[in-house]
Amino acid sequence: MALTGVLRPGHVAIRVLEMAPALKHYKDILGLTEMGRDASDRVYLKAWDEHDHHSVVLREADEAGMDYMGWKVDSPATLKKLAADIERSGLATDTQWIPAGEHLHTGERFRFTVPTGHVMELYAEKDYVGNNCGTDGPNVNPDPWPDGLKGISPSRFDHCLLYGDDLDGTVKLFTEVLGFSLAEKVMTKADPDFMIGAFLTCSNKAHDVAFIRQPVKGKFHHASFELGSWEKVLHASDILSRTKTRIDIGPTRHGITRGETVYFFDPSGNRNEVFSGGYIHYPDKPAITWYDETLGPAIFYHDRELNEAFLSVFT
Amino acid sequence: MPQHRITIVHTGEEFGCDEEDNVLHAASDQLRRKDIPIGCCNGGCGVCKVRVTAGRYVTRKMSRAVCGQEEEASGCVLACKLYPRSDLTIEVVGKMVRAIVARRSTAFSFDFRATVQVVNPDKET
Repeated sequence: MALTGVLRPGHVAIRVLEMAPALKHYKDILGLTEMGRDASDRVYLKAWDEHDHHSVVLREADEAGMDYMGWKVDSPATLKKLAADIERSGLATDTQWIPAGEHLHTGERFRFTVPTGHVMELYAEKDYVGNNCGTDGPNVNPDPWPDGLKGISPSRFDHCLLYGDDLDGTVKLFTEVLGFSLAEKVMTKADPDFMIGAFLTCSNKAHDVAFIRQPVKGKFHHASFELGSWEKVLHASDILSRTKTRIDIGPTRHGITRGETVYFFDPSGNRNEVFSGGYIHYPDKPAITWYDETLGPAIFYHDRELNEAFLSVFT
Repeated sequence: MPQHRITIVHTGEEFGCDEEDNVLHAASDQLRRKDIPIGCCNGGCGVCKVRVTAGRYVTRKMSRAVCGQEEEASGCVLACKLYPRSDLTIEVVGKMVRAIVARRSTAFSFDFRATVQVVNPDKET
């Protein structure tokens, strides 16, 4: 198996101000499926093509934003090894083990805070529920998609973009300890060694997580969900307009990753994205470099300039 | 439905706002200029923050990360969650980054106000 270690983003835990409107948004408009609720009233959801029990966890709180992002690793042995590597690196703080079962249907998780202030978790086990496409049992003679899809219905939770200050420390941890590749970076022209944006991948995707340097700790720019085509992004935008969901920008294309995108807000002001496309990343692909002076087309390729909200609006 | 006059102190601009409408929505509907910055419109990002200097109002839930209890007690609220109960006088407090419109500027600027806060998921009250 060529893809080992950290396999993929597994879950994102999002704080919402009020659960009822949040569920209307994430279930009826975005089209995730509710998978369960726990004793702390957290609600667990998943996208249709995900096989594990959940990928989004909503928690009602006094602040919007992201609690943490979870990463699935290939085995319990890898979980132990990476936890030790993280401890040894000295790059993470607040390391702790979260016992199995603290998330519904999930094994133990190793939680740590990266230098940009974001809480991350690794885990190896989450119960398998399948994608409901099999016609003769799970994964046997499957249809290409299941019946009963609702709203935008992306196939999976794909990545997050996060804002924080110590970008260099976070990039070092992800690349040197967790084995990620830097697919694309944004540097300043004045100081070509000063990085302001990092797009990191642990897989064949153009990014599994991205960070932009901002003078804040632990801030959340967006959680993104995957759609199969540009036309589906346009259709998603129709659904957002029809439901009077606040669209931030799009539909448009990103220069970085080449993804086609629309950004919008959940009822607590947390930004969501649905996107399609992007290229396939192999570890031998040279990193792509952008400079601050072309940040406009790097982020929004058609407008060629950032909208005011891109840097100011986050939770 | 009772409609109230909202006055923005430093521009002198006025607009009407129903009791069931929020001040940000009414402003963006009626004013030509974006006197109040428009962000998430949902109480999370804080860019539409205003201080109410006169008048009665109610609010809906706002993220404490961008509008703390003391701040709220001093009259600072997010315009997107502000519903008038009388005529209001407001000052705009929130801010957008205007420094980097990349087409015109070669400098990446971090010059904006933001609430720096780390939220520990296990310790939040």
